[in-house]
Amino acid sequence: MRKNIWKTNGMQSLIASLICIILGLLIGLVVLLFINPKGAFGAIGTLLKNFMIYGKASLRLKYFGTTLVKTVPLLLCALSILFSYKVGLFNIGCSGQYTAGCCAALYAALKWGWGWFPCILFAIMAGAVAGAIVGVLKSYCNVNEVISGIMLNWIILYLTNTILSNVKEPTSPYTYQLSQYGKNALLPTLGLDKLFNNNANVTMAVPISILIAIVIMVVLNKTKFGYELKATGYNKNAAKYCGMKENRNIILSLVISGAIAGLGAALYYQTGIQQWECTTASVPGMGFNGIAATFLGGLNPIGTILASYFIQHITLGGAYVDKTMYCSQISDLISAIIIYLCGFVLFLKIMMNKAIDRIEEKKALKNEVSKEGSAK
Amino acid sequence: MAEQYAIEMLNITKRFPGIVANDNITLQLRKGEIHALLGENGAGKSTLMSVLFGLYQPEEGVIKKDGVEVQIKDPNDANALGIGMVHQHFKLVECFSVLDNIILGVEPTNHGFLQKDIARKKVLALSEKYGLKVEPDAKIEDITVGMQQRTEILKMLYRDNEILIFDEPTAVLTPQEITELMQIMKNLAAEGKSILFISHKLAEIMAVSDRCTVLRKGKCIGTVETAKTNIEELSAMMVGRNVNFHVEKKPMTPGNVVLEIDNMTVASKIHKNNAVKNVSLKVRQGEIVCIAGIDGNGQTEFVHGLAGLDPLVSGKIFLEGKDVSKASIRQKSILGMSHIPEDRHKHGLVLDYTLEDNLVLQTYFTDEFTDKLGFLKRDAIRNYAEKIIEEYDVRSGQGPITIARSMSGGNQQKAIVGREIEKAPELLIAVQPTRGLDVGAIEYIHKQLVAQRDAGKAVLLVSLELDEVLDVSDRILVMYEGEIVGEFDPKKTTQEELGLYMAGAKRMEVKA
Ligand SMILES: Nc1ncnc2c1ncn2[C@@H]1O[C@H](COP(=O)(O)OP(=O)(O)OP(=O)(O)O)[C@@H](O)[C@H]1O
Ligand SMILES: [Mg+2]
Repeated sequence: MRKNIWKTNGMQSLIASLICIILGLLIGLVVLLFINPKGAFGAIGTLLKNFMIYGKASLRLKYFGTTLVKTVPLLLCALSILFSYKVGLFNIGCSGQYTAGCCAALYAALKWGWGWFPCILFAIMAGAVAGAIVGVLKSYCNVNEVISGIMLNWIILYLTNTILSNVKEPTSPYTYQLSQYGKNALLPTLGLDKLFNNNANVTMAVPISILIAIVIMVVLNKTKFGYELKATGYNKNAAKYCGMKENRNIILSLVISGAIAGLGAALYYQTGIQQWECTTASVPGMGFNGIAATFLGGLNPIGTILASYFIQHITLGGAYVDKTMYCSQISDLISAIIIYLCGFVLFLKIMMNKAIDRIEEKKALKNEVSKEGSAK
Repeated sequence: MAEQYAIEMLNITKRFPGIVANDNITLQLRKGEIHALLGENGAGKSTLMSVLFGLYQPEEGVIKKDGVEVQIKDPNDANALGIGMVHQHFKLVECFSVLDNIILGVEPTNHGFLQKDIARKKVLALSEKYGLKVEPDAKIEDITVGMQQRTEILKMLYRDNEILIFDEPTAVLTPQEITELMQIMKNLAAEGKSILFISHKLAEIMAVSDRCTVLRKGKCIGTVETAKTNIEELSAMMVGRNVNFHVEKKPMTPGNVVLEIDNMTVASKIHKNNAVKNVSLKVRQGEIVCIAGIDGNGQTEFVHGLAGLDPLVSGKIFLEGKDVSKASIRQKSILGMSHIPEDRHKHGLVLDYTLEDNLVLQTYFTDEFTDKLGFLKRDAIRNYAEKIIEEYDVRSGQGPITIARSMSGGNQQKAIVGREIEKAPELLIAVQPTRGLDVGAIEYIHKQLVAQRDAGKAVLLVSLELDEVLDVSDRILVMYEGEIVGEFDPKKTTQEELGLYMAGAKRMEVKA
């Protein structure tokens, strides 16, 4: 039997995601029209254009590079969430694990002057430990991973603020510039900066993040390990029955999730694009936007790459919205609306499936009738 | 004037990817009759009933109630029309109590406050009236499958439905309970309710139904008056050939001890006492030992303790002479223990995996299916799956890539049985291995069990069905309230004698 292309999972995810995006933009537009009808269309346009608002090609290229750099941590957070989600866990502690990774990378870089590679490893370890705590609590004490994850987020945030205060600029709440005090830790650019009009922030982080997405896809779909993890996620009892170590799998998946989030932080902060603010009062939104990117990407690692890019694209585009017409939070608001709608991808998929079923049934019916007709 | 039917399903056709589950089927249910629906595994019985209950929309055909055409878009519509259904695989909320499950959706309230006392009284009254024993406050996840079944039946009775669909209600009940259920069904029919009843057990159909409709591969073969037919004719109509109901087997030649259980005690999940108390037994190569007993007498806990799903309170287990009391499930599996679980959905299958992935659930990690780098060998898995599918006649819409959830209950069971036997175990623990199978498949599985025994393997069968117990086993142990209370030679005992021991009326001293 030929497979209906509209019924393939990938196609459906894609369409559902696109519908969500369009819906989100429309609702955003309505909100803008409500606030100030004059600039609404322009504002949405700006949001979507992002770096394209620059006239010069060289500037466009440069800010395209920046968008990519900022997509990296979002993508890795999304992958972290996706990975644990396949095991049936909702890793809302991703933000905390990301923060832990940031803390480890920056401290090692600024205090100890470590090179980029050990810094990355240290960040991965920090994220993994944060994930492991949630995993151990889940499997041995049956503490819900969402609860422990959220609480751990706060603990890690304040720990990070405290620890990184040791390496902050005396006159500001920001940590030292890596480019001055932690040169060793800056990621190699592999010449990528040249491609983006000498945007020094574009480093090996970009290709690495894509590589990680591919590795995760392969691990989940092609390996014994992925088979076990998904089985545990779908049916814990069956996993136990056939001798899989469900507890070990739960911990392991959260450790890996944490490690990916930690890596995300290292790949971002070690470009030197941003410093940590030691008075930060909430964990970075990466981990939460990552949830949206995961679902918008149809729970598929490759889809997640595109979704993360899109979300980061409009978030940055928001910065260019005319501040004389709209207050400065407007860009966050619009991107928030779109991100919020991304959560409806799964719902849309179900609706679509039903519609397709109905159409197929009708078609099959017609075929049958015509076959009978020709048989006679 | 034409006869008045309670329900008429006319020319129903329902397709699924790769298969026509119902092909132009017509079924007419008279008022106050018990109408049996018979057919092989995957013939389309559950699908047809799901159409009536509003779970699936047919592509063709109409449904009439009392001669008037009706639209049943979802189960709420069905409920409104007084149609109730006990599903083949129960639809219960695992973490709710029995009582909560029964009243779910129709809770009696007073100004928005739940009136559980009223509900409890009604449930207890129903349970008393129909002899459906349940523990209203036990959680579903902690009770036996039999009690879950009774909960489902109470759920339907609680809603005062007048058209009752029973999808294989007896598959999980004990003989005594079945007799009771048949009486209940007769009473309900006498009260004017109309009943549709699916079963693979021909004797039940003969005993209780007024008429019987037979399906085969989605098509309607015919409807017969039960009084004018017999078991042989029915089975021939259903399978298309004559079925041998008796297991042929050679005398046994027992060899070394494969399994030795020494004073095993397992805790209960529902009450404070132990569910299994100091059980000792041995199973040798080349014999089929059967644990018989009424559901809920510790068999489930016994098997869970033995397989490693639940911890032991005390006692020792030896597999081929090795102490495996503390061994993990995986270690036991590698040492040669296979386990056909009681609850195929809870333990036996990952329902969202494909059939082929489910068929390697016990062996995916071996060199045969995983290479040195940890990648699955997809081709090998496909070949292996195709082999089991072929041998055990596992029918489904799309073969190896069918999602297990969409398969018919009996075919899911065949897949599990095939998987566990193909693993080439030294010890096969088979809990209700033929539950939900049609007569043809039962014949085949019984042959396979005997073949295992003849090949010098040990088989430990746990069954509620006395026919099966007496037919297949070489030695029968009766379990009552967690203890072995009798040992019998199937050739020298009778159903009646076993019944006395199973009910706890008699007991004897049994040495392992
Ligand atoms: N939701 C579904 N999606 C796809 N195929 C389905 C679905 N439900 C049933 N089928 C297919 O339709 C056929 C009939 O299934 P059905 O469950 O009605 O069988 P059955 O007669 O109840 O069998 P059993 O005695 O084993 O319970 C099977 O081949 C099954 O694989
Ligand atoms: Mg069925």
